[in-house]
Amino acid sequence: MGASPAPDAAGLGRARAAGFLVPSMVLILLFLVVPAAWTIYLGVTNYRLTGLAAANPEIVGLDNYTRALTDERFRTSLLLTLQFVLGSAVIGQAGLGFAIAFALRDRRGPLRRVVEAFILLSWILPSSVVAFLWIALLDRDAGTLNALLGTPGMAWLLDHPMLSIIIFNTWRGTAFSMMLYAAALENVPRSHLETARLAGASTWQQLRDVVFPRIRGHVLTNLLLISLWTFNDFTPFLITAGGPEQRSEVLAVYVYKVALSGGELGFGAAISFIMLLINLVIALVYLRTLGRRKEAP
Amino acid sequence: MSVTPRRVTGVLAALTAVTLAATACGGDSEPAGKDAKNITLTIASNAIAGGKNSAGAEWIEKWVIPRFVEAQKAKGITAKVSFVPSGVDDEQYKTKLALGLRSKGGADVVSVDGIWVGEFAQAGYLKPLSEVAGDQVDKWDGWSQIPESVQGLGTFDDKRYGVPQGTDGRVLYYNKKLFAQAGLPADWQPKSWQEILDAGAKLKALPGVTPIQINAGTAMGEATSMQGALPLLVGAGGEIWKDGKWAGANQPVKDVLDFYTKVYGGGLGDPKLQQEAKGRDKSFEEFAAGKIGILGEGDYFWRSVINPKDGIAKMPDRDSTVGYAMIPAKQPGAGIRGQDFVSMSGGGVDVLNPNSKYPSQAFELLAFMHSAEATKAQLAGAARITSRMDVNKEVLASDPMLNFVAEKVLPLTAYRPPLAVYPQVSVALQEATAAAASGKSADEAAAAYQKKVEGIVGGPGNVSS
Repeated sequence: MGASPAPDAAGLGRARAAGFLVPSMVLILLFLVVPAAWTIYLGVTNYRLTGLAAANPEIVGLDNYTRALTDERFRTSLLLTLQFVLGSAVIGQAGLGFAIAFALRDRRGPLRRVVEAFILLSWILPSSVVAFLWIALLDRDAGTLNALLGTPGMAWLLDHPMLSIIIFNTWRGTAFSMMLYAAALENVPRSHLETARLAGASTWQQLRDVVFPRIRGHVLTNLLLISLWTFNDFTPFLITAGGPEQRSEVLAVYVYKVALSGGELGFGAAISFIMLLINLVIALVYLRTLGRRKEAP
Repeated sequence: MSVTPRRVTGVLAALTAVTLAATACGGDSEPAGKDAKNITLTIASNAIAGGKNSAGAEWIEKWVIPRFVEAQKAKGITAKVSFVPSGVDDEQYKTKLALGLRSKGGADVVSVDGIWVGEFAQAGYLKPLSEVAGDQVDKWDGWSQIPESVQGLGTFDDKRYGVPQGTDGRVLYYNKKLFAQAGLPADWQPKSWQEILDAGAKLKALPGVTPIQINAGTAMGEATSMQGALPLLVGAGGEIWKDGKWAGANQPVKDVLDFYTKVYGGGLGDPKLQQEAKGRDKSFEEFAAGKIGILGEGDYFWRSVINPKDGIAKMPDRDSTVGYAMIPAKQPGAGIRGQDFVSMSGGGVDVLNPNSKYPSQAFELLAFMHSAEATKAQLAGAARITSRMDVNKEVLASDPMLNFVAEKVLPLTAYRPPLAVYPQVSVALQEATAAAASGKSADEAAAAYQKKVEGIVGGPGNVSS
C-alpha cells in the first residue's frame, strides 16, 4: 500500500482507528485475558486458601486435572449439571417459554398482560428473596406445599433435591424464553399459517414446517444463552446448598465448596477451566446443529 | 465532523487514565506508629447483635469500644474503634477471614476458632504476637492468669499467636419434662453408650418426639465432628491423630459409626435432619420446643442458644427443664486414658492482624479486651469458662452449669490436633457419619473413610487401621 487515503469508510486511517480500539482492548486484556490466564496458571498448582501451600504453592502439572477426572464426586456433579441444564433450561424454560408465547400469540389485552406480568415477576425478583420463598414452600415441617397437598413431613428438598431445583429454575427463568419467542413469532407471516391451516396441516405440522424454519435463529440464540448460564448457575446453592450429601451439587456449587469452603484454590481453578471447555463444547454443538449453513455464493 | 488527531489523543489519554486508575491511597502526614495521635481500629468476630452470639457483639459494641476510646482519650489520643459483625456458619466466616487476610485487609483484632490458628499461620496470614506488636506482648500481665493448657489454643509451633477467649466442654443435654413422661430419672447420668440408647428407646414411646440428636453429616460441618463423632471416638478409646498417624478404619472408628447406625437406623434419631442445610439450627429449635429428648452440644448451647434472655432459640424454663450429663465412654473405663467419661474442647482465640496500621495500639486493645474487668463484663451472667483463672475463681461458684463444666468436664477433656490437614480429615469423618446415619453399615462407611483419609494425608503409611 502506498500513501493512498485510508481505505476505511470513516476516513480515520490505521493509526487513529487503532487509537479508538486501544481503550477497549486494554479493558478486555485486564478483566478477561489476564484473569483467564491466571486461572489456567492456578490450575496447575497446589495453591490453597490456608496452610503451607497458601504461602508457597508448587507447580503440580496436570495432577489437578487427573484428580478431577478420576474423582467420583466431580463426575457425579457433572452428570447432575447436565441433568439440570437439560431439565430446567432446554425442556423447562425453552419448552414452557415457547408454549406460552405460542398460546398467547394472537391475544392482546388484559389476559396476556397479566400472564406476562406474573412470569416476569418470577424472573426479576432478587435470588435471595426467591430462594427464601421456595424454601418456605418446600420445607419439611412447615412448608406451604405440604399444607396444600395434606402431606405433612414430606421432605421435598431432601428426597427429590434435583427435581426441586429443576422446577425452581424453570419457574425462575421462563420469562426470558417467553419474551424472546414472543418477539420471534411476530416474524411468522399470518398468511403462511392460514395457508397451512387451509391445506389441513395439524398444529404440530404447522409448527414444524411453517413456524420453526422462520424462528430457527431465535431458537439457537435462546438455547445457547440459557444453556450456558444455567450450566454455570449458582442459585441452587441458595436452596439446597448442594445437599443432602452432595445429591444436588451442580458444578458451580462444587467449585465453590472445593475452592472456598475447602480452600483448594488450585483444584478449584482446574475445575473452572474444565467447565470453560465444556461451555465451549456446548456452544459448538448448538452452532453445528442449528446454525444456518451459509449458501456458497 | 472531523476529529483532530490531538483531540483524539487527549480523549484517549483521559480514557486510559480512567481505565487504569488504581485506587490511590491517601498518604498521611501525622505521626504514625506508636506515637500516633489519631488511630482507627476495627474488631471482627462471628457475632451480631440480635443474631448469632448476640451477647458477645453487644459486649464489644457497648462495653469494650466506649471504654477503650475513653482510656485513649485520657492519654490524649483520639481513637476510632468500630466493630465488624458477622452472623454466619463458622466455615463461611473462616473463608471470609482468610480471603480478607490474604488481600492484606481485614480487621485489626480478629476472633478466630483456635483450630484455625495453625493453618492461618502456615499460610503467613498470622504472625506471632510479639512479631506484630513488639516486646510489650510478653510483658503483658494477663499471661500469668491463663493456664498453660488454655494458652495452647492460641499457640502454634511454640509461639503465641493470640489470646484465648476461654475454653468449653461438651455434654449431653436432656429435657427433664420428656424424661418424666417416659419414666426416666430427672438426674440422669448414663454410664455407657447402651444406656443412652436405652433412654432413647423409652423416649421413642412419646408422640412427636425425636429421642436422640447426635450431630451427623456434612451439612453441620465441624459441629458434627466436635459434638458427635469426636466425643464418641475418645469414648471408644480412639484419637483422630495419635503418634503421627491419623485414625483410619480402626476399631474405635468402627464403634463410633456403629453407634450412629444404631441411633439413626433404629429410629432413635431423625436422619433427615442431619441432611438439611439448616439442620443444626433446626435441631436447636426442636429442642427448645420440647421435641428432642437428648442432644449432644457444647456449653455454647446453654449460653447462647437456649438462653432465656438472648438465645437464638430461647427456653424461658431452661433452668428447670434442661438437665445436663457427662458424655459416657462406650463402657466404663473404655475411654481414652482409661476414662469413664469424656469430652472434647476447643475455644476461640483473639489474634492480631499483621497488616494492622497500628499494631502496637491493636495489642493494647486486645489486652484491654482480655483484662479481668472486661472478661467479667463479657460474662454478664452467662456460663462460660473464661481463659482467666482470677475471673473463673470469682464467677464459678455462682453458676451451676459453668461449675459443672469446669469441675467435672474439663479435667477429662481432649483437644483436636492443631494441624492444617485436620479440617480435611474432619470432613472425611463427617461424610462417614453421614453414610452411617443414612443406612450404610459401619464397616462400609469405615472402609470408604479410610480410603479418603489415605488420599488426604499422603498414603496408608500415615493412617492407623
